[in-house]
Amino acid sequence: MLKIQNLTKIYDGGVLALDKVSFEVPQGQFTAIIGLSGSGKSTLLRCINRLVEPTSGDIFWNGTNITKANDDELRLIRRKIGMVFQHFNLVHRSSVLTNVLAGRLGYVNPIMSLFNRFPKSDIENAFKQLERVGIADKAHSRADELSGGQQQRVGIARAMIQEPDIILADEPVASLDPVLAHSIMQYLEKINKEEGVTILCSLHFLDLVHRYADRVVALNEGKLMFDGKPTDIDDKKFKDIYGREAERVG
Amino acid sequence: MDKKKPNLLRSLGIGLVVLAVLFIYAYGFQVTKVNLAETKSEHRREQLTRILRALAHPELFSYETEDTMVSLPVMVPCPEGGFQPETPDTSEPYLVMTPACGKGLKIAIVEGFNFEPFSSGPLNFRPADSEVNLQLGSIKVDRDGHFEIEVRLSNRPNDKVQELQAITRRNVGAPSLTRTAFETWDKIVETVFIALLATTLGTLLALPLSFLAARNLMKDVKSSLISMSLSILFIPVGFYIGIKVASWSLPVSVMLTGNPFVAIAGLLILPIIIWSGARFALSQSEDEKPLLNTRLIRWLVVAIIALVLIVVLHLLSNQAMLGGNNAAKLLGSFDFLGLFVRDLGDILGIVIGTVTAIVSAGILNSLAGRLGLILNRKSGTLIHILQVTLATTAGALLFFLLAAMINWFYQFNNTMGFFTAAASIGGILGFILGLINNPERSMPTGMIVYFVSRTILNATRSVEPLVMVIIFVVWVGIGPFAGSMALALHTIAALGKLYSEQVENIMAGPLEAVRATGANRLQTIIYAVIPQIIPPYISFTMYRWDINVRMSTIIGFAGGGGIGFLLIQNINVLNYRAASAQMLAIAIVVASMDYISSVVRERFV
Repeated sequence: MLKIQNLTKIYDGGVLALDKVSFEVPQGQFTAIIGLSGSGKSTLLRCINRLVEPTSGDIFWNGTNITKANDDELRLIRRKIGMVFQHFNLVHRSSVLTNVLAGRLGYVNPIMSLFNRFPKSDIENAFKQLERVGIADKAHSRADELSGGQQQRVGIARAMIQEPDIILADEPVASLDPVLAHSIMQYLEKINKEEGVTILCSLHFLDLVHRYADRVVALNEGKLMFDGKPTDIDDKKFKDIYGREAERVG
Repeated sequence: MDKKKPNLLRSLGIGLVVLAVLFIYAYGFQVTKVNLAETKSEHRREQLTRILRALAHPELFSYETEDTMVSLPVMVPCPEGGFQPETPDTSEPYLVMTPACGKGLKIAIVEGFNFEPFSSGPLNFRPADSEVNLQLGSIKVDRDGHFEIEVRLSNRPNDKVQELQAITRRNVGAPSLTRTAFETWDKIVETVFIALLATTLGTLLALPLSFLAARNLMKDVKSSLISMSLSILFIPVGFYIGIKVASWSLPVSVMLTGNPFVAIAGLLILPIIIWSGARFALSQSEDEKPLLNTRLIRWLVVAIIALVLIVVLHLLSNQAMLGGNNAAKLLGSFDFLGLFVRDLGDILGIVIGTVTAIVSAGILNSLAGRLGLILNRKSGTLIHILQVTLATTAGALLFFLLAAMINWFYQFNNTMGFFTAAASIGGILGFILGLINNPERSMPTGMIVYFVSRTILNATRSVEPLVMVIIFVVWVGIGPFAGSMALALHTIAALGKLYSEQVENIMAGPLEAVRATGANRLQTIIYAVIPQIIPPYISFTMYRWDINVRMSTIIGFAGGGGIGFLLIQNINVLNYRAASAQMLAIAIVVASMDYISSVVRERFV
């Protein structure tokens, strides 16, 4: 259970990115976050694992208040939250395997990990995760030798090896073509359905939202504009979320 | 009318600027003593020709020479009845002087016949009553074996028969390398290795420094004022403990070193103890936080293996020094290998103390951080009072340490007064900060470290290695060692800045991805930062080696060894042909370094 209360973020320049956002996500739900570019979707996701420090408000997760956690506690919280990025954010010059194993850094002994030593079970698990997304044969390639779709699958494997309770996906398919986009979304759907991992995923295309999400949260200029089922977004709601000028496509 | 006015002002302004520029250049000519008359003078031009020709003939090869000596008896002044030398053998080389004798001959013409075509050499006057040779001029034989030269002969105090002697030299046999060539080779090798050592040492030390001077890594490092004060108080204590521990463990290892068997056994057994201890204490991974008891036992084991590790390293250093020395005696002309092992052992010995001190300071610093976190959990007046107390003490300590450093340089008379004043100022500043600061607010610790390290790097970088070498010459004596130390220091500063700029330029995405997995700061650097900066680091290191080779060619000017030492000596004794050989060597080495570094950089970037 993830509970966000009055979450506000004002950036250093005075930009109000999130304005008293509150909502709850029950365990195991596939929630899509929609909104225009700059509406605060990325900031919202990054506040949850505190890659961005919230200005005020609280985020409760299974009873702990994430916003009040100190560095040590935050590490323990973060290792249970997987994250998938729009630009995949793989370390290009490292191997695919190393990129996946990086997901275990919150668990392994810090001193051993400095010398690139991981427990055998982790390495086996990494291969298992790569097999699951269908690129086990690429384990020893350099990450930048992979295509976009393959890189995002590595990103998912990196998130999954964390054994997360929740995955934050920040526009995971925005840099991919429609076919690849569906294949990546299907992996997320599978993780959600089979392992009960909560998924919080920001998306641009409403057809993807309709196809995959149980629920939609919409942001406009940092404010929560809509919270409900994807099918409940009618033309009026659509214009609230995307503005007067927007036209519905697809 | 209104429109014209600004235009007039504008032209006036331009005119003034032109005048000012003229004035500046006129003054510049005067200050730099531009002297065009000198460039035109015949005498200077001759000298210029001479030096340019010398530079074009680097003294690299020499030949066996064969001298041909031909003499001619002469008399100055003429004896009574005149003087006529014997008729020469015209099948051999011979000399003829016209007139054959004279009283204070202002101009006499000496001609030579049948000489080796195109040979050259001196024409000497050999007075009858002494052993000296007076050179009258140099001769150049034309293609017919003939030369002609005007000489001037002054009267001799006696009427004996004097002698003119023409010597012509001819190169025979294959060319051989000169002494200058060998010396140049020796010194150019030295130069390249000065640069290599300086670059290696500089790179090793600049690497960790560059992370401290990178804004993107440091800006997120924040801690409360309480944690910061605790760190300031704990770090010096950590240094002290580290140094003490390192020096306590030294006698233990010296004891073991006494008997070679005990030493070798120690070197074999102790690492096993360390390894198994580490396996026990450092769990592979943990899902839950272990119990306090387990953690205490683990910490104890870690502390013990750390102590054992220090002993082993000391032992290793001692053994390397002993073994290296003994090996050097056995290895004969390869003794430098043994001496290298000895020096490595010595370096290890020096490094152990420093690293122990730094690690122990780091441990106490993280302890301070944890203590700070625990204290910051609480809130209220009590914590505020604690903050004021800690901030005051930390401020006093910080200023006391700074004062101690300043005092070391300036040796004030009233030491106690100076220290008290500094500590009071620091205490008062800390007190004020502690009073006004909200205990929950975090201080930009990382940015403070960033600014301090940037300032130190910039200040060090602004001192030229040529100046630094003077200090090192005083410390370690004239020679290549001083040169490499000076270059290394400069390299640390220069590379530290270049490296840190590369760290600032990395892609932020992988960094946040690794942070999001729950990695700590060090893990983030190892997994997200280092893979990204390897290519630019290699490129900059190569570039720096290139620069260091160039710098080490002139570092000898100030006593830093290398080829510059030879070059400046030869320039000072006006031996331009030898200097030319060294310049040629420098040019070849610099050009090839340039080429190699560009090839290597292309590979990696």
